[in-house]
Amino acid sequence: MDLLSSGRRVDGRGLEDLRPVEIRCRSVKNAEGSAEVRLGKTLAIAGVKTSIGTPFADTPDMGVMIVNAEFLPIASPTFEPGPPDENAIELARVIDRGLRRAEMIDLKQLCIVPGKAVWEVWIDIHALNHDGNLMDASALAAVAAILTAEVPKAMVNEKGEVTINKSERQRLPIKSIPITVTMAKIGDKLVVDPNLDEEEVADAFLTATFVDDKVCAIQKRGERGLTAEETMKALQIARQKAHELLKTVREVVGGG
Amino acid sequence: MSIKSKELTLISPDGRRLDGRRPDEIRELKIKAGILENADGSAYVEQGNTKIYAAVYGPREVHPRHLALPNRAVIRCRYHMTPFSVEERKSPAPTRREIELSKVIREALTPAIIVEQFPSSAIDVFIEVINADGSTRCASIIAASVALASAGIPMKDLVAACSVGKINGVLVLDVTDVEDKYGEVDMPFAMMPNRNEITLLQLDGILGPEEIEKAISMAAKACKEIYEKQKSALKERYIELRKTVEEGFRT
Amino acid sequence: MPIYVKDWDLVVPGEVLAEGDYVAGPYVYKEGNKLFATTIGIVESRRGVIRVVPLQGPYIPKVGDVVIGIVVDYLPTAYLLDINSFYKAILQATEVLPPQKNALAEDLSKYLDIGEAVVCKVMRFDKYSDVVVSCKGKELGKVTEGRLIKVSPAKIPRLIGRKGSMINLIKKETGCKIVIGQNGFIWIKGKDPASEALAEKVIRKIDQEAHISGLTQRIQLMLQLERRS
Repeated sequence: MDLLSSGRRVDGRGLEDLRPVEIRCRSVKNAEGSAEVRLGKTLAIAGVKTSIGTPFADTPDMGVMIVNAEFLPIASPTFEPGPPDENAIELARVIDRGLRRAEMIDLKQLCIVPGKAVWEVWIDIHALNHDGNLMDASALAAVAAILTAEVPKAMVNEKGEVTINKSERQRLPIKSIPITVTMAKIGDKLVVDPNLDEEEVADAFLTATFVDDKVCAIQKRGERGLTAEETMKALQIARQKAHELLKTVREVVGGG
Repeated sequence: MSIKSKELTLISPDGRRLDGRRPDEIRELKIKAGILENADGSAYVEQGNTKIYAAVYGPREVHPRHLALPNRAVIRCRYHMTPFSVEERKSPAPTRREIELSKVIREALTPAIIVEQFPSSAIDVFIEVINADGSTRCASIIAASVALASAGIPMKDLVAACSVGKINGVLVLDVTDVEDKYGEVDMPFAMMPNRNEITLLQLDGILGPEEIEKAISMAAKACKEIYEKQKSALKERYIELRKTVEEGFRT
Repeated sequence: MPIYVKDWDLVVPGEVLAEGDYVAGPYVYKEGNKLFATTIGIVESRRGVIRVVPLQGPYIPKVGDVVIGIVVDYLPTAYLLDINSFYKAILQATEVLPPQKNALAEDLSKYLDIGEAVVCKVMRFDKYSDVVVSCKGKELGKVTEGRLIKVSPAKIPRLIGRKGSMINLIKKETGCKIVIGQNGFIWIKGKDPASEALAEKVIRKIDQEAHISGLTQRIQLMLQLERRS
């Protein structure tokens, strides 16, 4: 805590410094899209798979996006094998909301035959090493995987049958790039991108997903509260960080 | 027809919502404390058509033992919707949404509970949504706080909760199911009203920073009103009896 | 130094009781300059100390408390008691067995069976382990005859009254022997079921009306009326 008052964290970072970010895309050949993200020592991998499916009844002209996350036992001595626990489920749903509200994937363009056949985009995120802030690493991995995914083309013949042409590939239709940043409150200080040690002592966390300078998802986590002022300040700092991360993503992915 | 293009006037030109409320009005709120006999604490909440029971058991032993924390109570929370609470029957098995909500509700209540008082124990909060018409997690928090207090569990403050939505660009308080489905934003919010600490904040939808600030301030104001109702519900049984006894004694 | 409440006011968690140089008593905490209640209860303010007397809440054992426990299980050389708290109590078998008997060799249920009640005293307790009780001593031991009732532990101080005034009144007027466990269990043994029933009725009334001032007069009146009928 004393260290924090002087503006430094145990790993030497300033309160508003992210850990070094590394994004590696397209490393999984069998997946339509993939990305590995390192945020300091935290490592998460996201894979994108597509398949043809039926649309939801109330949105017959829109594709389907499903986000799932697993905290693999290999990532931490505290993760046990089994179905996703509340933390993994929460993480997946927060990232899903961010992607969906930002309309990152233009689901309307994933319609093949309205009411009958649409593209399903499966985004699976796996934590590989947990050294804090799996949320942001996972969100970044999902975004990078989606941006670099190459999905087959679907064709409809005269009989209305749908076939997939695996040799012809195209990018997913992208409308925006949402960026997720998590802040942690430790005592009366706000820090960006908490590592594992910081997560264990933090009072509360605020995760926000930004798109075009606006916020499209927020999730407060943790067993303590935040004042309104702390919340607004956290959002302000997070927004600046989101800008930085967006630049990094663009550099790695190239355009988009 | 996709959801966005459905013709539904959620808010009229003169600012009235489907149920006649103004943007900054919450639905009628009925709270009853201590209505379940077996639980250590309980409450029933009706907010418009949203109807919720909350029950608290504890402090009690933690099973399995190894989950107990040596210097504080463990707070457990189960948010569950009955199959008949929604229009299309919902399977009784816990959904991913219920699991997430159980967690956020627990994290909304824990800041208020003085957990150090009961080491190695568990305080269990059970929430059953009997009828869902929007803002169920907020109504659940309102009910659960009252249930915790009615069990005599020491708390720093009660927790009040209210959601904020956005319809046709207008921020509105306490969204109904329809307003949530067809509106632009859902922002569930909870706070400890006497300490001004936010314990639940989620956003699903797009808001600019000034809108967020305004939404928080609207919700905080509503929470202070809701706290008064929670207070009344807790005092109600005791005050009624006090009146009866004092009057009876005078005659 | 503003105080926002007066004695006998009913408060709930989070209510701001006062601001300034007051001292926070039980069930009150101070943050910054403000004093807050932590439970639903009645305000009591004495000499600058503000406290809240809870109307609800679990029993938290204290060394020296007299408690009545119900046997729920046997350990190798002890009894496990339910003392209406989330903490269980341990009563060494040696206290119940005759001196020459060996606890390990004996069938413990012969001396105290599951479901039987014992009046004990809390000998050891800290938040982190089970309660250790003893039934060796005056007025302690197995509960025989009479009836056992349960009230909210929070109301026990009111039931006892200042220097025992309330409970002594009830004992005198009903002729019953009444043993009060701080944990909310009360043992009533009277000359006949009718006097026991009266004692129980009075105790339940106190449980209900503990938060309303003038309780002593009402109880006195009630006992007078019952005596006449």
